[in-house]
Amino acid sequence: MNALYAFFAVALLMLVAFFGVWGLGWNTLFAVMIPYAALAIFIIGLIYRVVKWARAPVPFHIPTTCGQQKSLPWIKSDRIESPSSTMGVVARMAMEILLFRSLFRNDKVQLEDKKRVTFQGNRVLWLGGLVFHWSLLIILFRHSRLFMQPVPDFMIFVRDIDGILQGLIPAVFITDIAILMALTYLFLRRVVFPQVRYISLPSDYFALFLLLGVVILGVLVKTAWKVDIEGVKVLAMGMFTFNPVVPEGIGPAFYIHIFLASVLLAYFPFSKLMHGPGIFLSPTRNLINNSRAVRHINPWDYPVKVHTYEEWEDEFREAIRGVGLPLEKE
Amino acid sequence: MPEEKLKPEEILDISYTPPQKDWIKPDVKFKKGSFGYAAQGKHLKYLDLPNPRDWRPQEDDWQLPEDWENIIVKGIKERLGKNRAFQLFLDVCVRCGACADKCHFFIGSGDPKNMPVMRTELLRSVYRKNFTMAGKILGKLAGARDLSVDVIKEWYYYFYQCTECRRCSVFCPYGIDTCEITMMGRELLSLIGINANWVTEPVANCFRTGNHLGVPPHAFKTSIDSALEDIEDVTGIKVDAPINKKGAEILFITPSADYFALPHWYTLMGYLMLFHEIGLDYTWSAYASEGGNFGFFQSAEMAKRLNAKIYAEAKRLGVKWILGGECGHMWRVIHQYMDTYNGPADFMEEPVSPITGTKFENARSTKMVHICEFTADLIHNNKLKLDPSRNDKWRLTFHDSCNTSRGMGLLEEPRYVINNTCNNFFEMPDNTIRERTFCCGSGAGLGSDENMEMRLRGGFPRANAVRYVHEEHGVNLLSCICAIDRATLPPLLEYWVPEVQVSGVHELVGNALVMKGEKERTTDLRGEPLNGKEGQEDV
Repeated sequence: MNALYAFFAVALLMLVAFFGVWGLGWNTLFAVMIPYAALAIFIIGLIYRVVKWARAPVPFHIPTTCGQQKSLPWIKSDRIESPSSTMGVVARMAMEILLFRSLFRNDKVQLEDKKRVTFQGNRVLWLGGLVFHWSLLIILFRHSRLFMQPVPDFMIFVRDIDGILQGLIPAVFITDIAILMALTYLFLRRVVFPQVRYISLPSDYFALFLLLGVVILGVLVKTAWKVDIEGVKVLAMGMFTFNPVVPEGIGPAFYIHIFLASVLLAYFPFSKLMHGPGIFLSPTRNLINNSRAVRHINPWDYPVKVHTYEEWEDEFREAIRGVGLPLEKE
Repeated sequence: MPEEKLKPEEILDISYTPPQKDWIKPDVKFKKGSFGYAAQGKHLKYLDLPNPRDWRPQEDDWQLPEDWENIIVKGIKERLGKNRAFQLFLDVCVRCGACADKCHFFIGSGDPKNMPVMRTELLRSVYRKNFTMAGKILGKLAGARDLSVDVIKEWYYYFYQCTECRRCSVFCPYGIDTCEITMMGRELLSLIGINANWVTEPVANCFRTGNHLGVPPHAFKTSIDSALEDIEDVTGIKVDAPINKKGAEILFITPSADYFALPHWYTLMGYLMLFHEIGLDYTWSAYASEGGNFGFFQSAEMAKRLNAKIYAEAKRLGVKWILGGECGHMWRVIHQYMDTYNGPADFMEEPVSPITGTKFENARSTKMVHICEFTADLIHNNKLKLDPSRNDKWRLTFHDSCNTSRGMGLLEEPRYVINNTCNNFFEMPDNTIRERTFCCGSGAGLGSDENMEMRLRGGFPRANAVRYVHEEHGVNLLSCICAIDRATLPPLLEYWVPEVQVSGVHELVGNALVMKGEKERTTDLRGEPLNGKEGQEDV
């Protein structure tokens, strides 16, 4: 049900773009104004959200330690999983962000004969997530050539590597196939695995359908519908130099592609997609495990009511004297 | 134990497949054996906490204050502004489900709301409704829901069905720590007078007497004295245990269960014997007679109020540094919170072992050293004469406490001590130890008897791994460095793996420690015959 809501929402968005361009001919709106607006919302929204997080203090020092602390010199400490220095934290964060370290730990629990549970390593989600995010990164990188003239050699190199299969399937990149498979997996697991289905909200499907829509249309405009890539480049360069021109004959599919991408951008700061920037600020991952060596300050710390020694001694004076323990006041 | 004891196969008659129905409508039943009693009014009054009254979770009327909704929403707002983790963890979850089967309560109960992601959604849904645009406009479609008494009831049930063990945060790709959410949830509940008695009563006790069990100073002294007598019985040596001694070099602090409960008692004997043998200049305190901190299970403020005694007493007694006994959440507080709460401890000196001269640089600011760090250093420097064969009747495994592993990284020190005091040590499977260790199922204030069924469920993954090494290696002892473990693992294992007993690590030290001038030992610290001395087990 939740998946359906999201599906219809994305389908509706596609129809809007289709009729806007094909029916009403609002090409400039969809090719220029909406992408500009979306980008503005994305940038401002992103900054707003990150600043809001960053302004909230971290009152306590709460790294989750996943390895041996640095204590006695002859005990080998885990400098990354229980970081004892800034470098350790950087390494830990890098592993988390680039390789999804924590997700790699994933295992699956199974109950056998109502008697025992067993654990099995389960790295499919890790793989799916990693393939999706890395493919997305490379695809975005590939897209940046649209904004550059001439295209740098390095970019052409990446594009050639990614396009190594094009001898077999013309115009298709490895990352295109990879991201489609990964997104399909990420979607299917939400519908198929009962636990994940239970926790999935419409917004979880919405993000996936939006991404799938962008990717599928992106592949289609290159392959089946052969969009005028020179025209797209003119548009992109124009936008990049704040001097947009909308060339004729790019075709509605491209507009839907760019519209869905715009919606994704504008949606980003208000959604769970903020997990990307968020991880950098996660206090269980980005703090050094040194809270006994260096004092962590809580900026809003305030005095609290305590039960002082004097009050305690006053209450128990006779008992303390009775067992011969020393007193402050006889 | 519940009166009609469920059989293991009845407990495990569960499924990890959640129902088709969505979770958004609050729905909770307070089933006997699965929740803790509410905190009594007198304890709240003593601690100046809001809305003191006597009430029962299983009854309809929770006697909430008139403007409770306001209090909660204001409370959330305040905490969002004061705590980045809270805000971030509410915002960034993608509901990937990696945490789902990492929680011992989910594994033992199959209740989908015990998936860590769901535990947070219970609060996150209210956050969405009140603090996000999507939630305000789209409501249920955005996973938002209105605050209602039923939501509050769900919070009480599930935030006191989380032991704040942080296992989920190890597996979360963003490090979302359900413990943080549970702590915030409990603080919010406390604002409208909803607390668990098994938390608040020990807190009130601790505030008044200095320890959770409410042991007054004279009983404290008597208790320590009787441990000294037990030591004399076993070793023939008269050991001294100074209390409230000014000018001692070191203040020793341990959870109160160590001097009042079994099998903690034998660990206490181990500490006392060790300190005597190395001639440590130290003191106990009858005022700061609690290492644990149940305030931590209620609110940061309450944790700070109780924790304040430790530094205050260290200052009054004029000690150079503090040594801390075996305890789990106590060490989370000391390692990650104490210096922030009540520091700086600049009236003390950087801890140096008076026996080995080792500087504990990792504790240079807090000035508090873990007993396993201290003892491992002694052993490494050959300062102890140990006879591991005295522990030969044990084939043991080690249970990493949640807090010392995931909130501190104290993994090798206790293993080093065990390996030097015992001959037969076997690790449990990798997925269940170190940073992936499973909770005893009774931490964070859940250890009450009325909550026994849920404890047996939550502790099942731990017991499951213990049973594995019992069957594989004949393990008959589960050693640990946590007082709540020592209190709650025995009934847990009694239920799931009755062949295995529980001990602290310093009980093993006490057994193995060859003391100067000791008589030939015929029994271990438990008073049970040593291997080969008097035939076999005969208690």
